[in-house]
Amino acid sequence: MRNQPRYDPYQAAPGWPNDQSARMPVEGTVSRNQAVETRPTTLPEPLSRELLELGRERFDIFCSPCHGGTGNGDGAIVQRGFPAPPSLHSARLRNAPLGHFYDVISDGFGVMYSYAARVPPDERWAIAAYIRALQLSQHGSLEDLTPQQRRELERQNQGGKAP
Amino acid sequence: MPQIFHPRINGLTRILLVGGALALLAVACVAYFVDRSPYLTGQGAVPEQPVPFSHEHHVGGLGIDCRYCHTSVDRSTFAGLPDTYTCMSCHSQLWTNAQMLAPVRESLKQDRPLVWVRVHKLPDFVYFNHQAHVTRGIGCESCHGRVDRMPLMRQAKPMTMQWCLDCHRHPATALRPKDRITAMGYAPAGNGDALLHQYRIHTDRITECVICHR
Repeated sequence: MRNQPRYDPYQAAPGWPNDQSARMPVEGTVSRNQAVETRPTTLPEPLSRELLELGRERFDIFCSPCHGGTGNGDGAIVQRGFPAPPSLHSARLRNAPLGHFYDVISDGFGVMYSYAARVPPDERWAIAAYIRALQLSQHGSLEDLTPQQRRELERQNQGGKAP
Repeated sequence: MPQIFHPRINGLTRILLVGGALALLAVACVAYFVDRSPYLTGQGAVPEQPVPFSHEHHVGGLGIDCRYCHTSVDRSTFAGLPDTYTCMSCHSQLWTNAQMLAPVRESLKQDRPLVWVRVHKLPDFVYFNHQAHVTRGIGCESCHGRVDRMPLMRQAKPMTMQWCLDCHRHPATALRPKDRITAMGYAPAGNGDALLHQYRIHTDRITECVICHR
């Protein structure tokens, strides 16, 4: 009862290659939900708040250790000696299409490994969209605010807080 | 016909009867406590691993989210164990000559997985689904304890049926908002009932046998 004759996930299976019960897929295997057409040139679904929230969550999990919470390239792992990635707010990356971020997540770049096995395609697009939002946030100006937000900010400044 | 039993046997019989009953009770008590003791539940056990991986360093020190390595925790019954490639995402650049990490480098070179030793094991007759828990307000910490304070992974909780039921009967006290699932040291904000409603948890159903024994 306690140990039934079946393999639990990743349980050892003596006699099989590498003693693994989990088999490697045959070369060229297409997974059930995998898109077979070439990658779309830009965001394949409408931009929504939910998508950006998902992007933020996944960015914080997978990207922020190196790229930092705001994308400046000063994450905790970089502070421990990992080569610093370029800031996501450079002119080059601000002008890069969304598909560029998707490709870098899929294939890796420089010393950055591929995240294809960890981040599925829909989450890669969500992260790319969130990176664009981060870029906008770091280059915002006073004119971008609604009159109400602007009043709120000015009120805070008068309260002694630095802008 | 002579008496078979001496009159003193009366007293001896009483002592034997009472003593026997007490002995049975004592055995039952000992069995009850041994069954729930860490000796049998495995609570606190620290199995030896091929690499002395420290959750304290990676979670507590570096602040890496649980889901960076346990990627399938929110979309599968199994939380997922990181492949060597995930370890090497950082360790291709950091601690590249550390003797402690030699098995990891060897694993990548030979394309042979590391053989980690399972710490949390439920009996095969128990159905458990990570996705169902972490997407409905149960934090990692609730079952795995403060892994950010574990230099070596250990089983923090008894993992008995009684322990599962303690929570299944009163889930509201354990619920967290969606963005605090992987947080360590989270103190419940006292909004359990609102979260019960938000996650649409049916408290009358999660104590049914078939929820875990299917």
